[in-house]
Amino acid sequence: MHSSLAPSTPPNPMRPQRRRGGLLSKTLQYLLLILGAAVMVIPFVWMVTTSLKAPGAVLTVPPELFPRQPTLESYRRVIETVPLPSMFVNSLIVTTVSVIGQLTTSALAAYAFARMEWRGRDAVFVIYLATLMVPFQVTITPLFILMQRLGWVDTYPGLIAPTIVSAFGTFLLRQAMLSVPREYEEAAFLDGGNHWTAFRHVVLPMIGPALATLTVFALMSTWNSFLWPLFVTRDERLMTLPVGLAMLHGRFTTEWSMVMAGAVISVAPIILAYLVAQRTFIRGVALSGLK
Amino acid sequence: MIGERGWRKAGWLVFFLLPGLGGLLIFSILPILASFVLTFFSWDLLTPPRYIGLGNYFQLLGDKSFWAALVHTLTYIAGYVPLVVVLGLGMAMAVNTTLRGIGVVRTLFFLPVVSSWVAVALLWSWLFNPKFGLINYLLSLIGITGPGWLFDPAWAMPAIILTSVWKDLGFVLVLFLGGLQAIPNDYYEAAALDGASRAAQFRFVTLPLLGPTTFFVFIISLISSFQVFDQVWIMTEGGPAGATTVLVEQIVRHAFSYGEMGYAAAISWVLFALVLGATLFQFRLQRLGVFDAQ
Repeated sequence: MHSSLAPSTPPNPMRPQRRRGGLLSKTLQYLLLILGAAVMVIPFVWMVTTSLKAPGAVLTVPPELFPRQPTLESYRRVIETVPLPSMFVNSLIVTTVSVIGQLTTSALAAYAFARMEWRGRDAVFVIYLATLMVPFQVTITPLFILMQRLGWVDTYPGLIAPTIVSAFGTFLLRQAMLSVPREYEEAAFLDGGNHWTAFRHVVLPMIGPALATLTVFALMSTWNSFLWPLFVTRDERLMTLPVGLAMLHGRFTTEWSMVMAGAVISVAPIILAYLVAQRTFIRGVALSGLK
Repeated sequence: MIGERGWRKAGWLVFFLLPGLGGLLIFSILPILASFVLTFFSWDLLTPPRYIGLGNYFQLLGDKSFWAALVHTLTYIAGYVPLVVVLGLGMAMAVNTTLRGIGVVRTLFFLPVVSSWVAVALLWSWLFNPKFGLINYLLSLIGITGPGWLFDPAWAMPAIILTSVWKDLGFVLVLFLGGLQAIPNDYYEAAALDGASRAAQFRFVTLPLLGPTTFFVFIISLISSFQVFDQVWIMTEGGPAGATTVLVEQIVRHAFSYGEMGYAAAISWVLFALVLGATLFQFRLQRLGVFDAQ
């Protein structure tokens, strides 16, 4: 009798306990998710609602989460005081050229590494990889001096040139190209094709996902880039959005509705792009960790 | 000696390789080498560069701002890395479910990741505003008088760390989610059949199988946090009273404001050495099996 009640064998092992644990952890999970989502989203809401307040109407105690009279006045004022529209265009130009440049130079070089036989290939590829190890800040002083000597400070070439090659992109596309079966290209060569036709009509169409990943990666890193544009632009007409925004903050430390209006203008395009192409974005950013 | 075929092949090689390799050479490889050479010179860009041997490195040894920057960078890392890894893993586990609306939650977590650091840093400067900001208001609701945050030397760095964790959480979450979803469900079922509790399953199934992911996340967040700059520059500019000065901010300051190119380059090489050292150390740990967790 007694021995059968002894706690040496736990009564009724897993099932009920697990179910209870399951319910509890479900509730906990829901709470955690709601809390997490709130922490992520409230700052953005605050950014937008602040931007909809009139200049000078933000410094209230207690803070108003929603403006009593929403107005676009802060947007109008911020565009009047700093050349935000031209900064927007600068960001657009720099990003577009840089993304196209990175895709082009990376895809071409990746083909040379993945599909052509030449002496010293592996050694050169190791050099590519080695540059990935070096933080960008190491190159920034010589780069700045170079731009100054070229007269490229405060110019589009100065903003763009250092960003149109990507060792990371070359690596990424090379890996993708290595997985394309060689038979496809051999067929193209037998049909009288050359390296260009093989590249353009056989290899490129088959690495679509990798190209999309690199596009997202390049898009985000140039649109959001701060350090290099900060170095290479002094003239506000040439500044990109992040640098212009930082300058705006320096000039109007207490005009938060105007600063937030500027912030909304600068994040809206990239957030829209993300909402349209979420999967590609997430894949691109996850991979960017490799850099 | 090179025949027509050889020339044609060389032509193709130049066509494919030159744009990328040429660009890399001019904008990356040569600047890296030049940067190293520059560390042995004193150069203000106005007068000719002057060779000073190890002068810049000796100057570093006695430079209080540099040591402060180093200490603050390490403080940042000590706060940021564990927080972002633990919270990232926790949220990844919470998000790794088939609950309704989970897609929306995942979407939300990624919003800060795609936003620029400048916008995020400005937003959080406003949130952390001691008097009119949302955070101190929320704290006051539960009876806490919030600190001066970015205006308080003791609280400026914690504020920067919290902001950074908020911004990068979605990124770490995605990496961990990938790792979690690669673990076959059978393992959990087998563990449950053996009577393993949830905690035990986490300890003996999730953590070991997540080892490579954890290793990857650690390395990435470590490397990126050595390079912390944008948020510092926007939120505090290294202040108040130098309480948040960090290595890259010192590089920018010396190159940009003081016109000390050689000295700025020397700090950047210290940064490189630290990043490299930390990475090698982590690989060492991995080889010792720390990330396998038995």
